[in-house]
Amino acid sequence: MTPVRTTPDTVLAEANALRWKLGEDYHDSLMEGIYADAARIADRAVTRSGDAQRFDLDRTIDRIVTSRWLGFPVMVLLLSVVFWVTIVGANIPSAFLASILLDTIHPWLKQGAAGLGFPGWLSGFLIDGGYLAGAWVVSVMLPPMAVFFPIFTLLEDFGYLPRVAFNMDALYRHAGAHGKQSLTMTMGFGCNAAGVVAARVIDSPRERLIAIITNNFSLCNGRWPTQILVAGIFVGALAPPYLAGVVSAGAVVVVAVLGVVLSLVVSWGLSRTVLKGEASAFSLELPPYRPPRILRTLYTSLIDRTLYVLWRAIVFAVPAGFVIWVVANVHIGGISVAEHFINWSNPFGLLLGLNGVILLAYIIAIPANEIVVPTVLMLTVLTTSTLTGVGAGAGVMFEADSATTTASILHAGGWTALTGINLMLFSLLHNPCSTTIYTIYKETGSVKWAALATVIPLAMGFAVCFAVATLWRALAG
Amino acid sequence: MTTADKKTATAIQPTPEACATCPAFNAGHLTRLGITITDVDYVIALAGNPNTGKSTVFNAMTGLRQHTGNWPGKTVTRAEGGFAYGDKKFKLVDLPGTYSLLSMSADEEVARDFILFGRPDVTVIVADATRLERNLNLVLQVLEITDRAVLCVNLMDEARRHNISVDQRILAKELGIPVVLTAARQREGMDALLQSIFEVASGTFVCRPHRVHTLPRDVAEALDAVTARVRKLFPDLPNARWVALRLLEGDQRMIEAVQSGELRTVVSNHTTGAPIAEEVTA
Repeated sequence: MTPVRTTPDTVLAEANALRWKLGEDYHDSLMEGIYADAARIADRAVTRSGDAQRFDLDRTIDRIVTSRWLGFPVMVLLLSVVFWVTIVGANIPSAFLASILLDTIHPWLKQGAAGLGFPGWLSGFLIDGGYLAGAWVVSVMLPPMAVFFPIFTLLEDFGYLPRVAFNMDALYRHAGAHGKQSLTMTMGFGCNAAGVVAARVIDSPRERLIAIITNNFSLCNGRWPTQILVAGIFVGALAPPYLAGVVSAGAVVVVAVLGVVLSLVVSWGLSRTVLKGEASAFSLELPPYRPPRILRTLYTSLIDRTLYVLWRAIVFAVPAGFVIWVVANVHIGGISVAEHFINWSNPFGLLLGLNGVILLAYIIAIPANEIVVPTVLMLTVLTTSTLTGVGAGAGVMFEADSATTTASILHAGGWTALTGINLMLFSLLHNPCSTTIYTIYKETGSVKWAALATVIPLAMGFAVCFAVATLWRALAG
Repeated sequence: MTTADKKTATAIQPTPEACATCPAFNAGHLTRLGITITDVDYVIALAGNPNTGKSTVFNAMTGLRQHTGNWPGKTVTRAEGGFAYGDKKFKLVDLPGTYSLLSMSADEEVARDFILFGRPDVTVIVADATRLERNLNLVLQVLEITDRAVLCVNLMDEARRHNISVDQRILAKELGIPVVLTAARQREGMDALLQSIFEVASGTFVCRPHRVHTLPRDVAEALDAVTARVRKLFPDLPNARWVALRLLEGDQRMIEAVQSGELRTVVSNHTTGAPIAEEVTA
């Protein structure tokens, strides 16, 4: 045998030959060797005293929260409490912020602008448009997020959230998704943009994309108030008065649950079409419970999640405020741009069981679902001759003092129970707000996925509203 | 910073030799530098299983507030931060948490390649004291790649709660690297950890890392044969055995590194001890 000069190629050739000789067992025997050594060392270095076996708090908690029978109810109960605390807890600071930003600073700014001799169109454009939209988003969006995210983060820090994922995994696996998607979905109930960011915890790329695209089916807290208001006015009214409260609350829950079901259906569809591929393997670890560090959690959830999302929303809301003011105040041929669009789109809107006002509101209020209802009210007043003098003027979003006033405005605008129900459905099934779309683009780095996430719910919304309207009209004769 | 620069820097700021290595001198001399990571003397990689408190250790050392959560897979991208200890500046690179370094997932590739090609001066492996056996699998894999490592057995507070005790001396003896028991959430043991990192980085402590030897005969023989070949090709390579392990696994990245001679640069930088702050392969 002649000695061969060692070159990269000879080394690789030899390694390759040996690799074929060893075959598949190589990887396994290597792992076994490592495991054996690890076990031997750990056995020498670690001692457990007997007490641990008698009562293990972690195991006891796990036995309850991941049990076949109790796991689900405990989860639903806990999450309901979180939502309830969020809605109730956010009301007070929300009202406080609104009274400062909308009722005090807004008139004050208008007066100041008038004092400085601003022309009406300029103060309208800047203050009624830009400022008001920004202020509205802050007062409606900040408090629920400031309550919801810290609670959510505390549950995460404590170690409960992985158990939720564990409970939900079987269900999500059938839909071709990851158990952790239940968490990003729950996060989406707070804010879809935050839910999309949270999808980072899903380590397999395909499942992460599914979670990102379907997050919009979680009714975010910008949409809950719309649901509650409209359900109260239109659905509650269908029931006898003593049942109205229960029926309208039930209607909101039905819409939210429908969102969850549809997110699973769409996940299933995606995993079998556009995102087809082998189900990727992953492990779901149940970490030990740990006492959460409260101050630290408050800090990170406030900075990382709340303020981050809020800032993005404001950046999008202010320009939209300008647009809202402009379409209501720029007149072409005697009527405003808004009215032109509403008249033009109204037949299509009515076909869907909606109307032109709703369609326009969803287009110009794309930055934040929070400003949809104020925009709808403003546009309804603008286009309804019987309502002259109601509200705050063209292009100035407003909210009525009571649900009764809102109801009378909407009834005057020609709304029926069908309009109300379809608005609730459309509020669930429409494109994500621009903040979320932008976040999806940032997270996936792809225009394609952002577009898909926008188009899928919108198309479903049109289809569902059309189906309901057709059915409604057929039944109503 | 080149080797020459480093020498001048040391010349300008002479260190009292005896004092600098003494824990009492260095204790409390941690300066957290946050994201200021220019002109570093040493690069430290932070590896470990998911959910072992790696990010907490990272934050405690750098003063950064990377989000930590009781939840595997929190660190999505590689995070970097800096700290100064003794008279040296360190860059800390937080690698994604992984259970192993031997399979094909993207996270594992980032961690594996950084430990080899990123050439950290010290790799700190954070392990969960309550699940030490499983965590040791990763530790042993890291020790196949690098011989400059420190084991940080974290979550000792939880271990005590579960009545688990860990013998630090046996571990250090078996593994051949410094072992520190910590509870990073309470900052317990952080001084000792910094001191150990300092000692390994500066060469005061020379590791004799454990190498896996419980292997079937045919595997061991094949491994020895390829290791000998690799050693012949790159005589100064400190981890020829790891290269051989990966070649037998058919790791494409490693095959390319052998072909292109990239491994030679790993060698030259390691032997001169030049700090490598800028060019980092991810």
